[in-house]
Amino acid sequence: MLGKLTWGAIPFDQPIPFFAGAFVIVVVIAVLAFIAVKGWVPYLWREWITSVDHKRIGVMYMTLGTAMLLRGFIDALMMRSQQALAFQSQGYLPPEHYNQIFSAHGTIMIFFAAMPFVIGLINFVVPLQLGVRDVAFPTLNSVSFWLTATGALLVNISLVVGEFARTGWLPFPPLSELTYSPGVGVDYYLWAVQISGVGTLMTGVNFVTTILKIHAPGMTYMRMPIFTWTALATNLLIVAVFPVLTATLAMLTLDRYLGFHFFTNEAGGNMMMFMNLIWVWGHPEVYILILPAFGVYSEVVPTFSRKPLFGYRSMVGATMAICILSMMVWLHHFFTMGAGANVNAVFGIASMIIAVPTGVKIFNWLFTMYGGRVVYTAPMYWSIGFMVTFVIGGLTGVLVAVPPADFMLHNSLFLVAHFHNVIIGGVVFGVFAGYMFWFPKAFGFRLHDGLGKAAFWCWFIGFYLAFVPLYVTGLMGMTRRLQHYDVPEWHPWMLVAGVGALVILAGIVLLAVQLVVSIRHREELRDLTGDPWMGRSLEWSTASPPPSFNFAVLPLVESRDDYWRRARLAERGVVAPEPVYKPIEMPRNSATGFVCAFFATFAGFGMIWHIWWLVAVSLLGAFVTFVVFAWRDRTEYEIPAEEAARIDRLNRRARGEARAAVGAVS
Amino acid sequence: MSSIDDYEPLGGADHAPGDEPARGREVWEGVLGYLIGLALAILLTAVSFFIAGTFLVWRPSIPIALVVLAIAQIGVHLVFFLHITTGPDNANNVLALAFGVLIVFLILVGSLWIMYNLNQNMTPMNMPMG
Amino acid sequence: MTAFQAGAGYGDDRPEERGSPAAIFDHADPASKRIIVGYGFWIFLLSDIVMFSTFFATYAVLVNETAGGPSGRDLFNLHNVAIETACLLLSSFTCGLAAIGARAHNAVMYYGGMVLTCLLGLGFLSIEIHEFAGMIAQGAGPTRSAFLSAFFTLVGCHGLHVTLGTLWLLTMIAQVFAKGFRSDILRRVLCFALFWHTLDIIWVAIFTVVYLLGAGA
Repeated sequence: MLGKLTWGAIPFDQPIPFFAGAFVIVVVIAVLAFIAVKGWVPYLWREWITSVDHKRIGVMYMTLGTAMLLRGFIDALMMRSQQALAFQSQGYLPPEHYNQIFSAHGTIMIFFAAMPFVIGLINFVVPLQLGVRDVAFPTLNSVSFWLTATGALLVNISLVVGEFARTGWLPFPPLSELTYSPGVGVDYYLWAVQISGVGTLMTGVNFVTTILKIHAPGMTYMRMPIFTWTALATNLLIVAVFPVLTATLAMLTLDRYLGFHFFTNEAGGNMMMFMNLIWVWGHPEVYILILPAFGVYSEVVPTFSRKPLFGYRSMVGATMAICILSMMVWLHHFFTMGAGANVNAVFGIASMIIAVPTGVKIFNWLFTMYGGRVVYTAPMYWSIGFMVTFVIGGLTGVLVAVPPADFMLHNSLFLVAHFHNVIIGGVVFGVFAGYMFWFPKAFGFRLHDGLGKAAFWCWFIGFYLAFVPLYVTGLMGMTRRLQHYDVPEWHPWMLVAGVGALVILAGIVLLAVQLVVSIRHREELRDLTGDPWMGRSLEWSTASPPPSFNFAVLPLVESRDDYWRRARLAERGVVAPEPVYKPIEMPRNSATGFVCAFFATFAGFGMIWHIWWLVAVSLLGAFVTFVVFAWRDRTEYEIPAEEAARIDRLNRRARGEARAAVGAVS
Repeated sequence: MSSIDDYEPLGGADHAPGDEPARGREVWEGVLGYLIGLALAILLTAVSFFIAGTFLVWRPSIPIALVVLAIAQIGVHLVFFLHITTGPDNANNVLALAFGVLIVFLILVGSLWIMYNLNQNMTPMNMPMG
Repeated sequence: MTAFQAGAGYGDDRPEERGSPAAIFDHADPASKRIIVGYGFWIFLLSDIVMFSTFFATYAVLVNETAGGPSGRDLFNLHNVAIETACLLLSSFTCGLAAIGARAHNAVMYYGGMVLTCLLGLGFLSIEIHEFAGMIAQGAGPTRSAFLSAFFTLVGCHGLHVTLGTLWLLTMIAQVFAKGFRSDILRRVLCFALFWHTLDIIWVAIFTVVYLLGAGA
C-alpha cells in the first residue's frame, strides 16, 4: 500500500536529524496555526497564493530563497564545525550523515536558494523595466514558482522521512546508481530537481517571450536597461540547457527505476557520458546565476554614481558573448577524466576567453563610477565588495582553467574556494544589492542603510576568513568533502575557516535585524514618491509599491534611461500632462499553480517511495487541473478607467508635493 | 496588458511562427502549399529508404547522403508546414531557430568529440562485456 | 562630443539607430496575443528539441554498446518504419488542413483534418507499440544493453510525445466543439499544429539516424 515507506524511514535513532526535523515541524505548524488563527488565510489565498502578478511571485521567490539560504547555511555551519573538529578524530558527524549534509548544502544552495533569488529579482523587476503590465504568460509564471517550491519541499521532507543523496550536489554514477545508492536519497534528489526544473524551464520560456515581444511603445532593444538584457541572456540559457538536465536526470532515473543501462558498470553503460551531459547543463547554470547579478550591478552602479552606464553597447555585447561562450566551455569541469591534451587545450583556452567579456563589464562599471558623484549606500557597498571579490574569484578560475594546473587542483579545497568566491562574491552580493535596491519599490519603505552596511562588512570579512584558508589548504593538497583528516598543517586553517563561517552568521543575523528594524521604523523610512534613489529606469516612475497594473498608461519611451530624462525635466517644471486613462484588462488570479504543485508533490513523493497508486492519482489530478484551466471562459477582469486614474493621480500628486518641498528648501 | 487580440500584428511587422502566411490567401492556396510540401517530403523519404538499402551507390557515402536528405526534408517541413520564411516579419522566429540549431550542434558535436576521445583513452578491457 | 562622452552614454540612441540592421527584428510595441503565444510555444519547442538532441547524443555514443546482444541490424524492420513514416507525414499534411480550416472557421475542414490526424497518429503508435513489444518478447528490451536503453528511450520519448499530442488533439476537438472558433482556442490550435509538425521533424531525424543508419547502412 505504501510502497517502500515504513516507520523505519523516520530517523528516530539519529539525534541530529531527528531533533532538527522535529524543530522545523514544530515551527512550521506554529506559523501555520498563527496564520489561521489571525484569519489571514483568505487574504493569503486571494492575494498571494493564487496571484499571477509578477511582483507578488517575485516576492514569493525571494522568500523561498531566503528560507532555503538559511537551511543551506546551517548545513555549511555543520560542515565547517565538523572540519574544525575532525583533526585526528571522527568529529561529531558520521560519514553517512556528513555526506548527506554536503550534498544537501550544494543542492539547496544552487537549486533552491540562488536560483529562486535571481528568478525572483527578474520576476519583480523586468516587466516594470520594460514598461508593461505583466509577463507573457502570468498563470504559467505562478505554476513555475509553485513547482520550484515543490522541489524545495521534497528536499526538506528528506530530512525527516528517509534520507538524502550522499553523492554530492551532482549525482555522479556509478555511485548514484541503484547498486551503490540503494536507498531513497538519490530519488529525493532526482524528483525534487526534475520537478523544479520543469518550473524553471517554463520561466525561461516566459521571460524570453516577454523580453523579446512585450515592450512599452518606443522601447527598442537598445533602450532596454542592462538588467533586462542580462535577464534575456539568463533566460535564453535556461531554455537552452535545462532540457539537457531534464534528459540526463531522466536517464539516471530510468537506470534506477527500470534497470536501464545508460550509466551502469554493466551491459555497456558509459558513466563518463553522464559527466559530459550534466556539465553541458552545469556550466551554463552558473552563468544563469551570475548574469542577473551582473545586471543588478549595472543598475546600482549608475544610479549611485549619478551617471549613465559607461559603454552601454559593449555591455550588451559582453552579455550576449558570455551567453554564447558559456555553452562552449563545459569540459573544464572534467579535465582529469582523460579526454586528452588536444580536447583539454581547446576547452581550456575557451574558458580563458570567456573571462574577457566579464573583464569588459568590470571596466565599464569602474568607468561609470569614475567622474561620477558616488553615493555610498548599502547597495553600492555590495557592488564595490563584489568587484574586488569577484575579480579574485575569476582569477582563480582562470588559473584552474589551465589543464595542467587543474590536474593538481581538481576536487581540492582550492576549487571549492574558487566557486564559493564567485558565487558568494558575485551572485550572493548581487542578490543582496538588488534586495536592498528594490526593496522600497516592492514594499513602500527603505531598509535601514546602516544595518545593511554592517551586514555587508560581516559577509565581506567573514567570506575571506572562511575561504582564503581553503585556497591555502587546497594548494597544500587537501581534498574536498573530507569527513576527517590527519594532516596537522591543515588544522589551524580549518579553525580560521570555522571562525569565518561564524562571522558570516553574524552577517545573516544582521540582515534579519535590518528587516525587523526597518519594518518597525517604516514610517520614517517611507518612500513617498516611488523614486527614493534618483533612479534611471522605468520602474522608478511607478508608485512604491506599484499598483497591480504597474502603469496606468504604458509609457512612451524616447531614449535610454528615459525615466531619468523625464524626472530631470520634471524638476525644472516640465511635467507631462495628465494622460488619457482607459480601462485596463488584467489576468485573473488562478489556483492552477498551487494545485498543480500540490499534485506534483504527491507524485514526487509517490515515485520516491514506490507508492504507485499515489503517483497515478496525482498525475490524473494534475491533468484534470490543466483541463479545468484550459476550459476557463473568463480569463481577465477589467479595471475601470476612473480607478486607474484615481490611483495614478495619487502618485502624480505625491511626486509634485515632493518636488515642491525640495523647491521650497533650495 | 492591452487586449489586442488579432491575427494581424501592429503594422504587419511581425508574424507568429507556424501561422498561415497572410490573411488574404484563399483556402486552396494554403492547401496547395501543404500538398507541395507533402510531395517533396515523400520524395525525399523514398530516396532515403532506397539509398539505405541499395548497392547502386558507393556504400561509404550513404551515411552522409542520408544526413543531407534528412536535413533537406527538415527544411521542407520548416518552409511548407511551419511557414518559416526569411522575410523580415519572420526574423525573430528564424533567430530563435538558429539559436536552437546552435545548441543542438554544440551538444551533438561536442558530446561525440569528447566521448570519442574519452573512450580512446580508456584502458582496454580484458574481460568480455556484459 | 568626445569619445569618452560617447562611451559614457551621453547622446545615446541617435536617430540613425532606427535604420540599423537591428531594426528589422526590433518591435518597439507590445505584440499581439497570437504572436506572443505562438512565439512562446516556439521557444518551448526549441527547448524540447534540445532535450531530444541530448537523447540523440546519448544514442550515438552508446549505439555500439550491445553487450553481446542484438544490434539494430538484427532488430529493425524497415517495412514497419516506412509505414510509420507514411503515417506521420500524412498526419502532418492533414494537420495543416485542419489549421487552414481553423483559420477559415470551416468546421468540416477542421474536424475532418483533426480526425484524420488522430487516426494516423494512432496508427503510428500502434505499429510502434507492436515493435517494442516484439523486441521485449525476444529478450531485446531496454534492460538488455546500453544500446537498447538508448534506443527505447529516444524512440520511446518521441512516441510518448505523440501520445500526449494525440490527447491534446482530442482536447482541441472538444474545445472547438464546446466553444467554437474563439480566438484563444485558435491560438491553442496554432500551438498544437506547431507541436505536431515538430514531432514529424524529429521523426525524420529518428528514422534516418536510428533506423536507416542502424539497419546496416
